[in-house]
Amino acid sequence: MQIKDIQKEKRLSGKMKLALLIFIFLATAPLYMSSFRVTMLGKYMCFALIALGIDMIWGYTGILSLGHGVYFGLGAYCMAMHLKLEASDGALPDFMAWSAVEKLPAFWAPFQSSAFTLFSIVLIPVIFAAVIGSLTFLNRIKGVFFCILSQALAFALATFMIGRQEYFGGSNGLTNFTTLFGHAVNDPVTKTVLFYLTLISLIAAFALCMKIVNSRAGRVLVATRDAENRLRFTGYSPAVYKVFVYCLSAALAGIAGALYVPQVGIISPTDINIAPSTEMVIWVAVGGKSTLVGAILGALVVNFAKSLVSEQFPAVWQFFIGALFIAVILFFPAGLISIKDLPAKIRSFIKKRADTGEAEDKKQAGTNAKAKSDNGLFSNKKPVTVTSVKVSKGDGQ
Amino acid sequence: MKNLRSLSLVALTAAVLTMSACGSGADTSSSPAAAGEQTSASEPAETGDTVKVGILHSQSGTMAMAEKPMIEAVQMAIDEINASGGVLGKQISYVSEDGASDAAIFAEKATKLLTKDNVATIFGCWTSASRKAVLPVVEGNNGLLWYPVQYEGLESSHNIMYTAPCPNQQAIPALDYIMENIKPKSGGTVKIFLFGSDYVYPRTTNTIIKAMQPDYGFEIVGEEYIPLGYTDCSTVITKIQQSGADIIVNTINGDSNVSFFKQYRDAGLKPEDIQVMSFSAYEEDIRGMGPEYSDGTLFAWNYFQSIDTPESKEFTDKFQTLYGSDKVTGDPVVNAYEGVYLWKKAVEAANSFDVEEVIKVCESGSVEAETPEGVVSIASGDTHHCLQKVFIGVADKDGQIQSVWETQDRVEPDPWLKSYTWAESAGLGS
Amino acid sequence: MDLILMQLFNGLSVSSILLLAALGLAITFGLMGIINMAHGEFIMIGAYTAYVVQNVWKSVFPESSSDIYFLLEMIAAFFVTAIVGLILERLIIRHLYGRALDSLLVTWGISLVLQQAVRSIFGPANVSVSAPAFLDKNIQVTGMFAMSGKRLFILALAVVCCTLIALMMYKTKQGRNIRAAMQNRDMAASLGVNTAKCDMITFAVGSGFAGIAGCAITFLGPIGPTIGQSYIVDAFMTVVVGGVGKIIGCITGATIIGVGGPTFEFFTSASLGKVMIFIVVIIILQFKPKGIFSMHSRALDD
Repeated sequence: MQIKDIQKEKRLSGKMKLALLIFIFLATAPLYMSSFRVTMLGKYMCFALIALGIDMIWGYTGILSLGHGVYFGLGAYCMAMHLKLEASDGALPDFMAWSAVEKLPAFWAPFQSSAFTLFSIVLIPVIFAAVIGSLTFLNRIKGVFFCILSQALAFALATFMIGRQEYFGGSNGLTNFTTLFGHAVNDPVTKTVLFYLTLISLIAAFALCMKIVNSRAGRVLVATRDAENRLRFTGYSPAVYKVFVYCLSAALAGIAGALYVPQVGIISPTDINIAPSTEMVIWVAVGGKSTLVGAILGALVVNFAKSLVSEQFPAVWQFFIGALFIAVILFFPAGLISIKDLPAKIRSFIKKRADTGEAEDKKQAGTNAKAKSDNGLFSNKKPVTVTSVKVSKGDGQ
Repeated sequence: MKNLRSLSLVALTAAVLTMSACGSGADTSSSPAAAGEQTSASEPAETGDTVKVGILHSQSGTMAMAEKPMIEAVQMAIDEINASGGVLGKQISYVSEDGASDAAIFAEKATKLLTKDNVATIFGCWTSASRKAVLPVVEGNNGLLWYPVQYEGLESSHNIMYTAPCPNQQAIPALDYIMENIKPKSGGTVKIFLFGSDYVYPRTTNTIIKAMQPDYGFEIVGEEYIPLGYTDCSTVITKIQQSGADIIVNTINGDSNVSFFKQYRDAGLKPEDIQVMSFSAYEEDIRGMGPEYSDGTLFAWNYFQSIDTPESKEFTDKFQTLYGSDKVTGDPVVNAYEGVYLWKKAVEAANSFDVEEVIKVCESGSVEAETPEGVVSIASGDTHHCLQKVFIGVADKDGQIQSVWETQDRVEPDPWLKSYTWAESAGLGS
Repeated sequence: MDLILMQLFNGLSVSSILLLAALGLAITFGLMGIINMAHGEFIMIGAYTAYVVQNVWKSVFPESSSDIYFLLEMIAAFFVTAIVGLILERLIIRHLYGRALDSLLVTWGISLVLQQAVRSIFGPANVSVSAPAFLDKNIQVTGMFAMSGKRLFILALAVVCCTLIALMMYKTKQGRNIRAAMQNRDMAASLGVNTAKCDMITFAVGSGFAGIAGCAITFLGPIGPTIGQSYIVDAFMTVVVGGVGKIIGCITGATIIGVGGPTFEFFTSASLGKVMIFIVVIIILQFKPKGIFSMHSRALDD
């Protein structure tokens, strides 16, 4: 146990080094990148913020949410409603006029206040998450059922937003903002401030998540992931922890949404629907889950790749992105962050190749045993490493 | 082992840095002012003997099927212009970007085209959502967008040119046609059922139609919307059958049109019982579902492929030789095509690629181009729309739409519906 | 009265489409725990197979007025998607057993690639498939209520497919093996059931049924590279409500969502109807967290 802890300590420092490098890269980006790329980086940092939250619930607690676009969207819409009111300058927002709405709906009125808006971008996602979380986790809806449910949630909210054009701008979403708390959104200074604000939020969120993960609560979360029933028998209530961490990730997504809107200039139901929600999980998987820094790395790398590849190959870029997802998850189950293990992996692969001849006849049994080791569908155990495969092969014999 | 680990960490970071450097490296090569400042597209977009333009349409996602022909039409126009000597002696080169059917991506790519590629103008967008997303970008970066699809009106941006009809050049004349030609089944007035996709174009168009109701005297017996991409129209069709409607005004966009027409036939409905007037479906949509489903229904546009003029025939022939004999053209395709020519004429009249100069010339009302739908001219003033002739046509068994009615003259654009008293009393417009 | 009948028929028709779309999903999901996000794309492949078969038929027998090609479409759609499924299972999904969630993400990547592949081969535009003429006839029941031939056919097709799967699962040796592996994979393996083969067959058959669903939807909907996405959410919901791994659960789920959706839609609007059916699903899961017909197991951790 002690040895394990020391090893963990070491790994941590490696992760911290990577995190530090990423943050330094981000902080200095405006020095050597065009303003267009910097704005894009700002957007990706918002995504990284969401990814952090998803890593908390998925990587550490074992809940896979395919509907985090919802919380991102709630935060974003709160901010966008405020910006829209600022842009309309006392008049009715333009899309309401097209929809023959005559006066500002009551629930829009509070968003005239910037203070209320700032509270709401955290509170509204959290309240929503608390309701959904209690309805599901307390009733022990878990695993795949939660997964599909969360996906349907994203679909339902997006459909709802589209259907209520008079209140939320329909499929156009909310766009055409002018000022943010009195500062022009297109102004380079505002943009720079927003960029660093996002970076600071990201660092703060990273530090907070690190703190939680390394605290006692963090261990309960991991225990929830690995052996929920045992935890329950020891007297803990996993559901309460689940709701807590779900709300935390919703808050992060909400903040990300609020930072996203002024930088990108639009939020529409497309951005909160199933496809983007699923991609959010993919960022974490690609970067490496249960590491936090992997989530940040994944969000940055995937989105950068997506933008660059789609600029180069506008007609067929989906091939590359799809292939990237498949390749990373297939060959780097622990994410890009595990690239550092690549040399060891290659070595053991060569060794395995040498063994293949004799192992062939036992392969069948091996596969069965492998399947067994993860029979619990959502047990979310640490990805099977090379050594453990060997062990299970031994089992098969 | 420890060394190896830090080594690979460094390698990973280096990879990330290189990747981003690739992006920014390309920046600096194309624009000298890339180090942080906003670059403006009003700076010369032309280098040497070429001028760069942008094409911004969805090539992936749900809208790709509609926007692919637009890209082809724009490319065809550019190739033709290049073959005949270019614009102001310069060859046109284009940068094509994928909007991925997502408004936020449209905004990102428009920013890229304007600030990184410094294009002289952009041809693109289909959905209102994408146009609304690109609007602040072109306004903020002093760009110019040529928008080729019929839309809901109530907009006229300084930096957008609309080559397609606004409601008074499509929906309102179509309602005139309905009042003249549709005979109510049960006596009394014509009963209209409004059915569209759930987004801004159908909703606004239907709001306009409802505002016309007191003046025109028709009866609206229902109004329904389905989300884009929805595939089950059976419930709405039941409602339509129940309502006793004489005609369905169909503002469905994209895929759902196929579902609607197939299920309309499947419910045993025929144009003789309940006619359909479509505003958003054109020849390409008919081809994608099969002509047997739309046979006999009505369409309102400013151009049909079947229009029998030498220009129209030549255009269709060229298009089919280039992209396949089974391809069809239609109003949006032609609008995308003529956008390039109108831009060329405007640039030549202004003798400059500068966006402000080009806009000034367009607003003078002197820009006109020979196009497949005849001579098209940009209306004078700041509406930035074109004068359009309106046709009502009936779909035939071969998937072509044959014109049965047309306006005498080209209709002046009126995106804000200023010349209609009923619009004012309904509080529409500004 | 007409109205109720019409709505009921609409609902049943939607249910039958959902059922066809969800059947394959339910069995792969039940057996392997794989959430196949590319299932919608298998439906699309089925639809495109129908398109290709029809065009080939028309070019080979231009004079033929026979509707026999339409049976060919069904069979071809089944086998083509089954083979695509088999290839994917062997190449990719096989390596992911035990990593259920990773399989979800990988199949998402597969769905992107398949969409793009179809777009590159057939172009992004919709393609048209015409339905056989004998299905164009409607059966007039009362004044306004007519049962459409196509919808009746899809209904019958759903019944036939369910029966076939039930026969396969309950009457064949392979089916017995599959059920054994579903209930207790380790025990089945220890008793000599080749679970890898079970997985392979199940995945191929599940994909094949998606192909048939794809063939059926060509009667009523569009055929384009992205149509898979239109059906996938409802198909997942169907599986989740009904409970994993049971055909009866799948039928129940499809009926609830298929009949419920149009009913809500009738009284409100299409988008509100979607939201309401989602709320109903949440309520059902409050009482039946594992779906209405969950598989009974004494294990705690599954």
